[in-house]
Amino acid sequence: MSGVWIWLEQSQGKIPSIAWEAMGVARRLADALGDGVTAVLLGEGVAAAAEEAIAMGADVVQVVEHPALADFRFEPYLSVLARLARAGQPQAFLMGSTARGRELAGGLAAELGTAALVDAMEVSVEDGRILVVRPIYEGKLFARTYVDRSPAILTIRGRAFPKPEPDPGRRGEIQQVSVELDPSAFPTEVLEWIREAEGEVNLSEARIVVGGGRGVGGPEGFAPLRELARALGAALGATRAVVDAGWIPYKYQVGQTGKTISPDLYIACGISGAIQHLSGLRGVKVIVAINKDPEAPIFRVARYGVVGDLFQIVPALTAELRRRGLAKE
Amino acid sequence: MHIVVLIKQTPDTTAALTVDASGRISWGDAPLIVNPWDEFAVEESLRLKERFGGKVTVLTMGPESAKEALKQAVAMGCDEAILLHDPAFEGSDAVVTATILAAAIRKLGAVDLVFMGKESVDGNSAQVPPALARRLGWPLLAYVGKIREIDPAARTIVVERILEEGRQVVRSPLPAVLSAMQMNEPRYPSFMGIRRAARMQIPIWTAADLGLAPEQVGAAASAARWPAVFAPPRQEVQCEFIQGESPEEIARILVDRLLAEKVL
Ligand SMILES: Cc1cc2nc3c(=O)[nH]c(=O)nc-3n(C[C@H](O)[C@H](O)[C@H](O)COP(=O)(O)OP(=O)(O)OC[C@H]3O[C@@H](n4cnc5c(N)ncnc54)[C@H](O)[C@@H]3O)c2cc1C
Ligand SMILES: Nc1ncnc2c1ncn2[C@@H]1O[C@H](COP(=O)(O)O)[C@@H](O)[C@H]1O
Repeated sequence: MSGVWIWLEQSQGKIPSIAWEAMGVARRLADALGDGVTAVLLGEGVAAAAEEAIAMGADVVQVVEHPALADFRFEPYLSVLARLARAGQPQAFLMGSTARGRELAGGLAAELGTAALVDAMEVSVEDGRILVVRPIYEGKLFARTYVDRSPAILTIRGRAFPKPEPDPGRRGEIQQVSVELDPSAFPTEVLEWIREAEGEVNLSEARIVVGGGRGVGGPEGFAPLRELARALGAALGATRAVVDAGWIPYKYQVGQTGKTISPDLYIACGISGAIQHLSGLRGVKVIVAINKDPEAPIFRVARYGVVGDLFQIVPALTAELRRRGLAKE
Repeated sequence: MHIVVLIKQTPDTTAALTVDASGRISWGDAPLIVNPWDEFAVEESLRLKERFGGKVTVLTMGPESAKEALKQAVAMGCDEAILLHDPAFEGSDAVVTATILAAAIRKLGAVDLVFMGKESVDGNSAQVPPALARRLGWPLLAYVGKIREIDPAARTIVVERILEEGRQVVRSPLPAVLSAMQMNEPRYPSFMGIRRAARMQIPIWTAADLGLAPEQVGAAASAARWPAVFAPPRQEVQCEFIQGESPEEIARILVDRLLAEKVL
């Protein structure tokens, strides 16, 4: 039983920021335990990322390439990770708290007879034991937790930990691992992808989010918000009310039954601030609320408030950013 | 088709929660509800039944009071309900919960599809669906935003899974384990349904009924440990209301503040 392992999530060969954030946590844990970091990279034609993984903190990178791993599928990915973990006996196995990361964490826990702690927002080592603080009840409470067996499986919450600075001088070992995978054992098939529009900022990774609620009045009402988001290099978000009304697709929904976001800045426009919306905001540094109604609950969580018409304030804000040369475009 | 839908009873998400010194969580007199994600799974299961025929069985593992959640699902239109309850189940973590649920699903015999919620709003883990899929040895289709098609003859399903960078369209053989995103508008219980639910005798299955030994379930079998639960440090945010003669002036002051906060 040794080593801190991390599954290095990739999509089309690209490693998302959250995977590097998890790498930073893995490195810190390994140093505290006097141990090494092994990164596992699965896919096809992904080996290029292995060098980067070493610069980011890995001591060993196990690269597994196979046509059956070309696109993410739960069963073959889990099969490989479980096999490697049985052979390598890590003390901890980390991944980003993404949809895929959480699926694999639960699958690995079941396969290896251990447990997974998801959405870790604090990770520490005490008496050789890995302690995790994670939100429960939609972030209304925190739980201090640990896993009583090995490996402890952890998924790391996005934007809760810094992304490490790459050190091109770091040395490490890249191992090509070959595995036997019987394609007929994995009968699911990826037919196609409907990807987010190019150039749009990913909500879960965004540093700034501009959110719109029923106050935008209709689908066209998002136009000034989109413009502000472009000027800020921000992602667009929305409430369930406007998604249910069909004004904007579900992928923009923030909240309990939508996405969870942790930007530095959230600008809420025409949003009342229902608890189910607020539960999607985790660790946001600054909330700005623009609302006609001075009694709107959103002002209770906002750092800055503007009582007024969003159709006047939002364009003025975009213009001010442009005037000062702060706009991204 | 025989669809099994798995629900969990949770405190209402608007409830104010408190934790006492021993770590016990309470929600005052706020009502218990069906986990909102599970309502999407119930609704979708009922729609499949309406299209393809068959029946929907709803299961939950929980305390006796969780019968109320089952009754709500029956009132919405589920045909049968079973409560998995045994004092020995207490303290089960996600993997052990999945072991118990899998044993119950096997006991039900022929099942074409298991529908769950994406995650529970109390535990927030999203770990039971993948663990259950492994315990059953069936494909996992998690985070489903839409069912595109089902071919009952070929026993296949095509779904859209919502992942970070878009929708992944996946075809899978049945039986499979699905977890639901916000994919529909759950119906309200009907008058007839409420009457049926009120009269229904809900069977209780214990560990022995499921062929599980006491040491296979509950806290002792679980690897996750929760030594402490606490309320997050209160962040006192005092809202500063920005005022000005014109939107332009307000925008100017606001940008100054955001620059000072270093968030632009
Ligand atoms: C189980 C469950 C899950 C839910 N999940 C979610 C979720 O994931 N995400 C979510 O967002 N909600 C969710 N909700 C819904 C939530 O309870 C609220 O209904 C919703 O967030 C309200 O959206 P809103 O703020 O856009 O609309 P409203 O509450 O109608 O607020 C609109 C606001 O706009 C203001 N306004 C109007 N015109 C203007 C203008 N011209 N300029 C400035 N301000 C203006 C009004 O003063 C008002 O405060 C959920 C509810 C339930 C029961
Ligand atoms: N005790 C339980 N009984 C039945 N289903 C459950 C139980 N716990 C979790 N589930 C199902 O698993 C899903 C995910 O829950 P969780 O993994 O706890 O976040 C829920 O939406 C339910 O469908």
